Amino acid sequence: MPPPMPLVSIQNLTVSLPPGADRPLATEAVSLQIGRKDIVCIVGESGSGKSVTAHAIMGLLPRGVRPADGSILFDGVDLLKQPPEAMRRRRGRDIAMIFQDPMAALNPVVSIGRQVAEQIRAHRPVSESEALKQTTSLLREMGLKDVALGAYPHQLSGGQRQRVMIAMAISLSPKLLIADEPTTALDVTTQAQILKLIKRLQAEREMSVLLITHDFGVVADMADAVAVMRHGRIVESGATRQVLGNPSHAYTRDLIAAVPRGESRLPPVPDPQPVMQVMGLTKRFQRGGLFSRTPAATALDGISLTLNRGETLGVVGESGSGKSTLARCMIRLLDPDAGEVRLEGADIAHMPSARLRPLRRRIQMVFQDPFSSLNPRQTVGDILIAGPRAHGEAVAAAKTRAADMLQLVGLSPQCLDRLPHEFSGGQRQRIGLARALMLEPEVLIADEPVSALDVTVQAQVLKLLDDVRRQMNLAMLFITHDMRVAAEICHRVMVMRHGRIVEQGPTRDVFAQPSSDYTRALLAAIPGRQAR
Amino acid sequence: MAFLRDFLSRPATVAGLAVFFLIVAIALGAPLLFARGPFSIVGMPLLPPGAPGLLAGSDVLGRDMVVGLAYGARISLLVGITSTFCAVGIGVLFGAIAGYYGGLVDDLLMRVTEFFQIIPSFVLLMVLVAFLQPSLGSTVIGIALVTWPQVARVVRGEFLSLRTREFVQAARVLGMRDGAIIFTQILPNALPPIVVISSLMVGNAILTESALAFLGLGDPNLQSWGSMIGDSRSAMWVAWWTTVLPGACIMVTVLALNFIGDGLNDALNPRRRR
Repeated sequence: MPPPMPLVSIQNLTVSLPPGADRPLATEAVSLQIGRKDIVCIVGESGSGKSVTAHAIMGLLPRGVRPADGSILFDGVDLLKQPPEAMRRRRGRDIAMIFQDPMAALNPVVSIGRQVAEQIRAHRPVSESEALKQTTSLLREMGLKDVALGAYPHQLSGGQRQRVMIAMAISLSPKLLIADEPTTALDVTTQAQILKLIKRLQAEREMSVLLITHDFGVVADMADAVAVMRHGRIVESGATRQVLGNPSHAYTRDLIAAVPRGESRLPPVPDPQPVMQVMGLTKRFQRGGLFSRTPAATALDGISLTLNRGETLGVVGESGSGKSTLARCMIRLLDPDAGEVRLEGADIAHMPSARLRPLRRRIQMVFQDPFSSLNPRQTVGDILIAGPRAHGEAVAAAKTRAADMLQLVGLSPQCLDRLPHEFSGGQRQRIGLARALMLEPEVLIADEPVSALDVTVQAQVLKLLDDVRRQMNLAMLFITHDMRVAAEICHRVMVMRHGRIVEQGPTRDVFAQPSSDYTRALLAAIPGRQAR
Repeated sequence: MAFLRDFLSRPATVAGLAVFFLIVAIALGAPLLFARGPFSIVGMPLLPPGAPGLLAGSDVLGRDMVVGLAYGARISLLVGITSTFCAVGIGVLFGAIAGYYGGLVDDLLMRVTEFFQIIPSFVLLMVLVAFLQPSLGSTVIGIALVTWPQVARVVRGEFLSLRTREFVQAARVLGMRDGAIIFTQILPNALPPIVVISSLMVGNAILTESALAFLGLGDPNLQSWGSMIGDSRSAMWVAWWTTVLPGACIMVTVLALNFIGDGLNDALNPRRRR
C-alpha cells in the first residue's frame, strides 16, 4: 500500500519579493509536507520566510510578493493555479488562519457574535438565527461560556479574543488551520491555555495544523513534525523528536542553544550594598473624565524593594501586573501617589522636577521597543551625547566617550554618523543601552529589553547586559514577562500580580521551591517544560 | 536625497513647482519689467487682449492688465506666505505646548483654539481687517489669526502621539529640559504634516486675500488679483478678460500649491512611499 497522500504538499515553492526589497526572494525552493491530522511547526527568526510560506498557502500574499515557482498541492489540487474566486471559497472552508494580534484581526465595531456568524453565512446558506445558534455552541466549545454574543472585541482579554478568532477559524470545519504566531502577544499562562485548546480541537476535529512560531518550547509541546527556516530556505526538517533531540544543522543547534534554559545560573550577591530603596510605592490611575464615578484602578499597591550594587533584581509578571508602572514610578516618568523611592538617602518619589533633573543621571533606563526608543531623525552620535549635554558636558568630550561607549556595547565607532533605521533590532537595543550608560548611572532599569528580539539576538543582548552590569557594578532592575529570561540573568526575582508582590527571593529558590500557587502556575506554563 | 527623488517623481508635483516658481519669478521681476506701476493709465478702457501693446487688454480705467496681474502676484504671494508663516508659528507653539503637557494646560489652550474655531472665520476676518484699517499688514495679521487653529490642532495631535514614544521618555530620563525635548526631539518628527498643511494654507490664504480685496477690504494703495476682480465686476459682461484673467491667476496659483502639498504629503508619508 502506498503511503497516504499528505493533506498539503509544498514543492519547491519560490516566492519573489518586489524590486527594492532587502533580498530578491522571500522563500527559495521550500518543500514541506503537512500530513493529515498532523501538527507541523515552522520555526525561524524574523525575516526567515515562515509567514510568507503560510500566506502563500492561503493565497494572501501582500501586493508585489508573487510565487515565482513551485506548487502547493492541497488534496491534490495546486492552489497556486486556482483563480482568485476559487481561493476565496476555499479560505475559511478548507483552510483557515489565525493571527498574532487578535485585536487587529477582529473588527472593533462589530460584536463578536456577528463576526463569527458572518463567517458562517459567507460560506453556508443558513439563516442568521441558525448561524448565531452555531456561534453560541462554538464559543462554548472555545471555553467562552461567560462571553455574550453581543460583546465587542475591546471588552475581551487578549486570550478571549484569540479564542474568538479560533472559533471563527474552525466554524466551517476546515481541513487545515494555519496559526501564525498565535500566542506571541499573550501572557505565558494564557499562551499555555490557547496552545492546549488548539491541540484539543485538532484531535477532536481531525484537522491538520500548521503552526508558525519562533519558540522551540512551543515546538516541543505541540509539533509532530518541524521545519526550521532561515533566509527563506528550510535548513532542516523532520520529526520533532529527531530535530530537537539530534539536530543535524548548525543553525538549528544555535537556535536551540539560544533558548533560555529557565535554570538559574547566578547565585545571590554575597555582601549586598543597597543603592536604591522603594518603600510602600502606590500608584492609582484615574479612569474616565472629570465627572466620571469610575473608581481609580490601583496599578501599584504598596511595593517595597531594595536594589543592591552589582545585583540584578528581576521583576516577573503578566501584562497588567504593574511591573512597567513600577519601573516608570521609580524613574519618575510617572508620579507615584504614595511611598518613597530612596536613591542613596534622597527621596525622589515626590521631588520637584527641577531638583530631580541633576539626579536623573544616576538612574537610567533601557526601553522595550527597539524601533520607537531611538529618535528616528537623530544620528546615533546625537542620540548618545544628548544626555551628557543635558548635564553640561562639552560636545567634543561627549563625542569621544560616545565612540568608546559604542565599542563597549559591541558596535563600531563608525556608527556614530548613521541613523537608527540603518540598524537591526538587536543593534538598536545596544544603542539604547549605550545611551543609558553614557551618564554612568548607578541604577539601570531594563523594561522588557529583549522581548522584541529574535532568540539568538536575545541571548547576545542578555549576555551584554550581564557583562555591563558586572563591569560597571550596576544595580539592575530587570523587568520581563518571561520566566526563562529572568532565570538567565537575575540574582533575585520578584513575582508581581495585580500591583502586589506575590513572592520574592533568590532566583534559585523561587524556581526550585516556589511558595505561591501563582508562581507555580507561571513556571508550569513555560512552553517546552515537559519536553526537557 | 531619496526624499527629493521621491518628491520629484510625480508629474503633478513637478508641474506645480514649475508654475509656482514661474509666478514667483514674475512677482519678483514685476518692478523691473513694468517700471511704471500697475496704476498708470496706458490707453482706452476695456481694450480686448491683443490690442496694440496690450497683451491682456486694458481694464475699466484703461490700465494695462498684464502689469496689474504681475503686480497682483506680488501681493498674493506676499500675503499667502507671510500669513501662513505667522499662523504656523502661533499654531506650532500652541499645539506643541498643549500636546506635550496635556492635562489642564491642554484644556486651557484648546478652549482658546476653539474660541477661534467656533466663530465664522471670514466674518471675524472682515471685522478684524475693518477694525485695523485695510492694509497689507492688517490682512496678514487677520488671515494668520483665523487660520492658526488648524495648525495647532494638527501639531497637538502629533505631539500627543509622539510624547508617548519611548525616545521621548528616554529624553526625560536623560534629564533633558522640556524645551529641548519639544524642539529637538519631538518637533522634527512632527514636521511632515506641518509642512504639508502649510503648503495648502498658502493657497487658502491667497484665496482669502482675494476675497477680502474683492469686497474692498484690501489695501487701497495696492493692486491685487482680488481687487482687480472687484474693480472690474461691473464690466464682467462686456469685457470678460478683466475678471477672468485675474481669476485664472488665482486658480492656477492655488492649484499649483495644492499639487505641491499633495506631493509633499506623499513623499513625507512613509506609508505611502512607493
